[in-house]
Amino acid sequence: MCDTCGCSTEGGAVLRKPGQSDYHVHVSDGEHGHTHTHDEHHTHDIGHHHQEGTSRKVVIEQDVLQKNNLLAERNRGYFEARNIFALNFLSSPGSGKTSLLEKIIPPLHQRIPVAVIEGDQQTTNDAERIQALGVPVIQINTGSGCHLDAAMVNRAFKELDLQDNSLLCIENVGNLVCPALFDLGEALKVVIISVTEGDDKPLKYPTMFHEADLCILNKIDLLPYVDFDVSKCRENAMRVNHHLEWFELSAKTGEGLAAWQQWLEDKLAQH
Amino acid sequence: MHELSIALSIVEAVELKAQEEGGGKISGIDLVIGKLAGIVPESLRFCFSAASKGTLAEDAVLAIEEPEGVGECGECGMKFPVTFYYAECPECRSLRIKIISGEEFSIQSMTIEEGEES
Ligand SMILES: Nc1nc2c(ncn2[C@@H]2O[C@H](COP(=O)(O)OP(=O)(O)OP(=O)(O)O)[C@@H](O)[C@H]2O)c(=O)[nH]1
Ligand SMILES: [Mg+2]
Ligand SMILES: [Zn+2]
Ligand SMILES: [Zn+2]
Ligand SMILES: [Zn+2]
Ligand SMILES: [Zn+2]
Ligand SMILES: [Zn+2]
Repeated sequence: MCDTCGCSTEGGAVLRKPGQSDYHVHVSDGEHGHTHTHDEHHTHDIGHHHQEGTSRKVVIEQDVLQKNNLLAERNRGYFEARNIFALNFLSSPGSGKTSLLEKIIPPLHQRIPVAVIEGDQQTTNDAERIQALGVPVIQINTGSGCHLDAAMVNRAFKELDLQDNSLLCIENVGNLVCPALFDLGEALKVVIISVTEGDDKPLKYPTMFHEADLCILNKIDLLPYVDFDVSKCRENAMRVNHHLEWFELSAKTGEGLAAWQQWLEDKLAQH
Repeated sequence: MHELSIALSIVEAVELKAQEEGGGKISGIDLVIGKLAGIVPESLRFCFSAASKGTLAEDAVLAIEEPEGVGECGECGMKFPVTFYYAECPECRSLRIKIISGEEFSIQSMTIEEGEES
């Protein structure tokens, strides 16, 4: 049961806004709304004689993720129609997704409208950090869920009042496994790893690196203190995905940030 | 965890189809899960039994076909088995490999029971 409104939605995602404790929207995508009409045929169970049942094969041939993929395409169409450049930021917990957004948004949003969707299992902490930058933000709390899906993003951006010709940053739940399978309708997937993780991360989580369009190696200010081989990591990433674009930076000191910022500006200009 | 949300979407899809087909119980579901699809069949089976409780699919047996990964070299066109996304062409050592099989993830068919249950 939901603590805030007492409704019976179990484990479903909830949208929140920082500093507005009364704002609270359940993402009901009908995902779990099974209609159990088969109960009806049990009512005639009484008094019938039991025949041997026959079975029959029904062809389905449907992608399991079809529902998410279709909705993601609708999101994508909406973003394209309004010239909204949507980026899906993915990483392990704590690699620096929010820190990176805090660095790139201030110089950008003077000229280009920016909005942010924050995904976390709990809290509005990350949304509060973004709100402090003065850009529109909405938090999705996935509860027990470990990834954002297209339905959550669809519901969230409708609450955001997006502007034409803008940038939409979607920070996924910190997790390198599941978010790789769920298309949100983004233009590009940005995977972030930090030097405090292993340089074999791309090999351990190949699906994510295979799906990503660019990889940002963060926290390079810590390189002198850790055993992390940058060229090895890059090589591992390229083995999994030879189209991957690669950047190295520190969201803390700003080192290397200019190159990525330039990349982003160029993308926004082309978009 | 993603196996649970995936199990729920499988249950939803087959139940919908079974209702269109007359509302019989589903006794079997045939899935194709490529070895590179990022799904662990065992966790999916585990989540499926929870996800299907109280639905037409609750007694369904999952038959899972797991096609092997196959890569195709972007330089020389050689096709060869791959077990992971990172692969090197055994012929020309190129890393420009396109995965042509192993990423499948689909519901192929299901078996529904007709006639009365005993
Ligand atoms: N030294 C150093 N620390 C960093 C850098 N970037 C982020 N951090 C620190 O790493 C921690 C996690 O950063 P976040 O930006 O919250 O990471 P996140 O990926 O958004 O985390 P989740 O949303 O919880 O998954 C914080 O303590 C940051 O200050 C960096 O470039 N260098
Ligand atoms: Mg964060
Ligand atoms: Zn509620
Ligand atoms: Zn029944
Ligand atoms: Zn997940
Ligand atoms: Zn998972
Ligand atoms: Zn070759």
